[in-house]
Amino acid sequence: MPRNKDLKKVMVIGSGPIVIGQAAEFDYAGTQACRALQEEGLEVVLINSNPATIMTDEAMADHIYIEPLTLETVKRIIEKERPDSILSTLGGQTGLTLSMQLAREGFLESHGVKLLGAKPETIDKAEDRQSFKDTMESIHQPCIPSKVVTTLEDGLAYAEEIGYPVIIRPAFTLGGTGGGICHNVEEMKEICANGLRLSPITQVLVEKCISGWKEIEFEVIRDAKGNSITVCSMENVDPVGVHTGDSIVLAPAVTLSHDEYQMLRTAALDIVEALGVEGGCNVQFALYPESREYAVIEVNPRVSRSSALASKATGYPIAKVATKIAIGYTLDEIRNAVTGTTYACFEPTIDYAVVKLPKWPFDKFVYAKRTLGTQMKATGEVMAIGTSFEQAMMKAVRGAEIGLDTMNLPKLAELSDEKLIARMEDCDDERIFIIYEALKRGVSVERVHEITMIDEWFLYKFLNLIDYERRLQAEPMTEELYHEGKKLGYPDKAIARLSSKSLPRHENAVFKMVDTCAAEYAAQTPYFYSTYDEENEAEEFIRNRHDSKPTVIVFGSGPIRIGQGIEFDYASVHCVWALKKAGFQVVIVNNNPETVSTDFDTADRLYFEPLTPEDVMNIIRVEKPYGVVVAFGGQTAIKLTKFLDEQGVRILGTQADSIDAAEDRERFDALLEKLKIKRPQGHTVFTTEEALRAAHDLDFPVLMRPSYVLGGQNMIIAFSDEDIVEYMQIILSHNIENPVLIDKYYMGTEIEVDAICDGEDILIPGIMEHIERAGVHSGDSIAVYPAWNLSDNLRNKIVNHSRKLALALKTMGLVNIQYVVFENEVYVIEVNPRSSRTIPYISKVSGVPMVDLATRCMLGEKLSNMGYGTGLYRRPKYMCVKVPVFSFEKLIDLDVQLGPEMKSTGEVLGIGRTLEEALYKGLVAAGYKMKKSGGIFITVRDQDKGEIAEIAEKYYQMGFRLYATRGTAELLEDEGMPVMVVPKIYKNAKYNSMTLVESGEINYIISSSKKGRLPQRDSVKIRRKAVEHAIPCLTSLDTANALADSLMSHYSQENTELVELKDMKD
Amino acid sequence: MERDLYLVLENGEVFRGKRFGAEGEAAGEVVFHTGMVGYLETLTDPGYCGQIVVQTFPLIGNYGLIPDEQIGDRAYLKAYIVREWCQSPSNYRSEGTVDAFLKQQGVVGLYDIDTRELTRILRENGTMKGALAESPERAHEVLTAFIKEDKATEGHASKVELVTRREVLTVPAKGETRFRVAVMDYGCTRNLVRMLTERGMEVTLFPAGTAALDVLVTDPDGIILSNGPFDPEEDAELIFEAQRLVYSGKPLMGVDFGHLLLALARGARMTKLKHGHRGANQPVKHLPSDRVYIASHAQGYAVDADFLPMNAWATFENLNDKTVEGLQYTDIPAFSVQFIPEDGRGKSTTGFLFDQFEKFMKDAQ
Repeated sequence: MPRNKDLKKVMVIGSGPIVIGQAAEFDYAGTQACRALQEEGLEVVLINSNPATIMTDEAMADHIYIEPLTLETVKRIIEKERPDSILSTLGGQTGLTLSMQLAREGFLESHGVKLLGAKPETIDKAEDRQSFKDTMESIHQPCIPSKVVTTLEDGLAYAEEIGYPVIIRPAFTLGGTGGGICHNVEEMKEICANGLRLSPITQVLVEKCISGWKEIEFEVIRDAKGNSITVCSMENVDPVGVHTGDSIVLAPAVTLSHDEYQMLRTAALDIVEALGVEGGCNVQFALYPESREYAVIEVNPRVSRSSALASKATGYPIAKVATKIAIGYTLDEIRNAVTGTTYACFEPTIDYAVVKLPKWPFDKFVYAKRTLGTQMKATGEVMAIGTSFEQAMMKAVRGAEIGLDTMNLPKLAELSDEKLIARMEDCDDERIFIIYEALKRGVSVERVHEITMIDEWFLYKFLNLIDYERRLQAEPMTEELYHEGKKLGYPDKAIARLSSKSLPRHENAVFKMVDTCAAEYAAQTPYFYSTYDEENEAEEFIRNRHDSKPTVIVFGSGPIRIGQGIEFDYASVHCVWALKKAGFQVVIVNNNPETVSTDFDTADRLYFEPLTPEDVMNIIRVEKPYGVVVAFGGQTAIKLTKFLDEQGVRILGTQADSIDAAEDRERFDALLEKLKIKRPQGHTVFTTEEALRAAHDLDFPVLMRPSYVLGGQNMIIAFSDEDIVEYMQIILSHNIENPVLIDKYYMGTEIEVDAICDGEDILIPGIMEHIERAGVHSGDSIAVYPAWNLSDNLRNKIVNHSRKLALALKTMGLVNIQYVVFENEVYVIEVNPRSSRTIPYISKVSGVPMVDLATRCMLGEKLSNMGYGTGLYRRPKYMCVKVPVFSFEKLIDLDVQLGPEMKSTGEVLGIGRTLEEALYKGLVAAGYKMKKSGGIFITVRDQDKGEIAEIAEKYYQMGFRLYATRGTAELLEDEGMPVMVVPKIYKNAKYNSMTLVESGEINYIISSSKKGRLPQRDSVKIRRKAVEHAIPCLTSLDTANALADSLMSHYSQENTELVELKDMKD
Repeated sequence: MERDLYLVLENGEVFRGKRFGAEGEAAGEVVFHTGMVGYLETLTDPGYCGQIVVQTFPLIGNYGLIPDEQIGDRAYLKAYIVREWCQSPSNYRSEGTVDAFLKQQGVVGLYDIDTRELTRILRENGTMKGALAESPERAHEVLTAFIKEDKATEGHASKVELVTRREVLTVPAKGETRFRVAVMDYGCTRNLVRMLTERGMEVTLFPAGTAALDVLVTDPDGIILSNGPFDPEEDAELIFEAQRLVYSGKPLMGVDFGHLLLALARGARMTKLKHGHRGANQPVKHLPSDRVYIASHAQGYAVDADFLPMNAWATFENLNDKTVEGLQYTDIPAFSVQFIPEDGRGKSTTGFLFDQFEKFMKDAQ
């Protein structure tokens, strides 16, 4: 079937802010979708509230709306734009849910909009529990047996029927409270009864426990004609019980025999047929390891994180093909872009192994619960390709930026055997290393398998690594032994370290192509991975291209983590485009499968490799680049600067020495002195004693952080000696060798500047002002652009400071500078001579293509010739408010109180004519329900008490009922407001702050505490409770104040202006 | 201790790897297989008789040895080349390693070579002959001798003799016998027999050389010309006997080798595919319905699209290279497919072909 010619104008819904479980993979999918639609000459309308995405780029769609992803807003945009169709399956769960709501309400029909991608019937069959079960039954596909019961007797009878162990899931308790696994009748009697008691409707689900079964996924594509193929099978190293997003995954599945594989493959195809999917679909199975028994766990009839992984693992562009199918094409009409000669209607076959390793935020969130289970906690992932599992696994580990280059986690050496084995029982982010350590100590594969249920296949592979490491110590170093190590994935450094011998030689890696077909057909896709073999296909590829243009390598930003997100992928991709335009062959190196940068047609060549010195040198040796770019890949790429510089590699843009001058405290201080720019005074310390002395010298509060930081890692504000001692203990226990910095902390207004510098002049597209005062990490604050209450004098001072700093640091390209304005004085907090988180949104709203201009500066062009002028760029006619979005509900025990340590995972943007309108839209987009009545519970620390009354008054005036703890309540009553006093948790079991939060009477909470952090503290418990109940919890008075102002404004979702991105330009 | 083993190709390329499997030397046509699972099928498929098979997927032997997944009663291939074989396989049904299997079957194995480089050479140069021995010089000698011998026997002894059975065997239908089917065994797999018996067919397997009259005298409801490994043009005798089966007017179904044989019996021409179709992922389009199926292949030849057999039209074509993948005859109750309409234990997506065969048999009754 050719394309549906009735389609002229298609609307694409994006997935909104990055949260755990819904990340950059949807920017990748959405970008592919938009391009595929534009390729067909269709007019594309795009809505996404996330300004950091590439899909919301001017070139990606004809009409772009960075607007809240709410039903009301989407409806208004449809009414305005009148698209003839809407694509539902490329915007994650958010896009899908919105599309389905629109379809079910009849809105789409009444507005003549055709739903593309997934039919409501398909979604019902996949997502509605009962209807899914019925559908599976009708095609004889087994589901996990389960039954809803309301009495213990029924529960016992059903458990007997399906056999132990069973899982009890109480209905309507948050976070599954009161559930658990029962292995026998006794446990069942206890847990089931308890679950029934805790469930408000006395109801529990009794489900057969299949934890420990193999978890296998298939990515399937089906078209309207019914042609269907499986793109890729994937096997989770961690068996059922750990969320697939938190599992280490191997593609393709390896421990399945052909029979088992075909059984599940056929099942996947049958399921997709029964659901009537037209496009991509993910099917998850649990397979009992010792029989052919299996169960369908879940089906996602849309593109997903797994489909992004499958696309990158095979080279098959699932999102693009799914889009083409949505507009009418069938698989046999769509070309395989990789070979160019074959069709999309085939099953990719690969000749390598692919390992995905999740990246978790526990290095930042010291107190968050690390246990992995059914709730995903990873913020990102790395993928690695190798010719063996060992090699791919080793690449994944060193690419994950967790301080490891082998599977040996040093701190585990201290654990006793008993402790080690005990820790194996719980699955957390370190379990894989614990297993490795246990195997190394001689715990048998059988034993480890028994405890973890991880397939022996993987464990034996780990043994191969352990065995090699033993031989490194025992045997003389030979070329053969060294070569073996390279094949297993060991970097030179690790071989030298583990063997304590010098290396016999250095072996360069060769590169193989990812071609979807295991070399059966000649491929044209320049997508490579390294291994240690004879033939180098990359070299051959470059030779055959006969391209005389010089080559530039752009280093990407690795896995997404808090503080280094999709924004850096945006910048990397834009840099690639700018370099291409400037006449270079561009190579990108990255190891994050979720991103646009690792799409094989973004750059001229893609190397899917870890961003470590040895790995990138292998690429440089083959590519022989004119220069490399490190400025856009966040700290990941910046970290390489010094090494590359030492190797004599030309770094385009700001030089290694300048980066060091900005990061090295002494050098930076000297520079500021010279420039006569102030900064908060500070000291550098190594021990607790020194830290205490420094704090007393500076006066509390002080800001503490390790040097060389990113995203405020391990940063706190200390108010007392106690805080200092606690902090130093944590830092010292992490064996961090760099010193700790202690700075005077000013509670002023935080200002952020992103500028472009050509070595002679600078262009500042905008100055941002944070709603929250300094002390809340810039990534977590609500940022307003342009700064709205800076005096001309201060503004000029900031522009001048920025120019001086950028020039003095010899910046070439982007520079991000953070200031605090305190008592009418400007202090510099930090200077980052590289791309920052705010680049994408400032580029979009100011209309200044910042990465493009910065790249041209790096190449030697001058700003004065670029047409955007120099100095401060003209003020836009709209106000833009960036609101952070958090994933608190996914991270148990994490204190939600904002501080200098960044906690947000994503952001949204509100655009309006006034600050109030922009803020209103930003808050709505961030998920605030903006309820204008009800109860508000206030409990603040002493230092906040001075200002709380004024804010409380605003809520009171709007008609909110005020609740407060004693201290806060007295203060408010003094100001004449009636307040309900709420006892602390320990004071009254029946009525206290906790029960109040649970009661449903509260719509907002303002909570700040001096300490926080520790999950045992009452204040942290209350805030966690608020997260569980989805009650907005404001931990900064400035946020609370801004929210109050926004609530009091007359804006609603019906009367805000719908701003098309291109409207902002004129 | 692992010993070095060399592969030498006709074009002079030499690969050094390590030895596994059986002792000895080997020579044969070198072909690559792109399946990521199913090595046990490959190892026991009569379709690879006499060949040296290279696996493109680097990790082979992961689920060990599962006798139930073999599709032939022994290993037919000459030698087996992998990047890495799994020393500690993991599957509840596994009874050993690939290495042990090759040793037991007397098949030479080579591992730890750049299998991708080898595959690319075969892709670019087409299938070549090659030999394995413990020195490059020795491998050269073996290869030269093999090529000489191969030339000498060309057009003589039927190679199908190597894979076909010696005696007639009847396998009862599962459940009620609905049809009695004769299968000409040119290298037939267990899977084909299983699929037929599961559909209520009593299957009688005949050695390839059986005279048509001896088959027809048993009065089967239909005849299947099975899959097999060789060049069907080589054996004029087989083509002749196939012609006589056609004249009988019995419903006929040709699979893989059988498809080519039937076409030759009806006057078609054949072409040799550059590097053959061997793997589990080839898309074939069913032209009447415009549907595409992913099918398993193990074939190095195809019917020339410009010289189709008499009174036949193409029912399937390969989506990628447009080769003829299926034929329907208009004057006789016969049809054939180039691919193998069976995939492991999963239901076959092209099972409708057997429905069609059944319909022919019912109509003839």
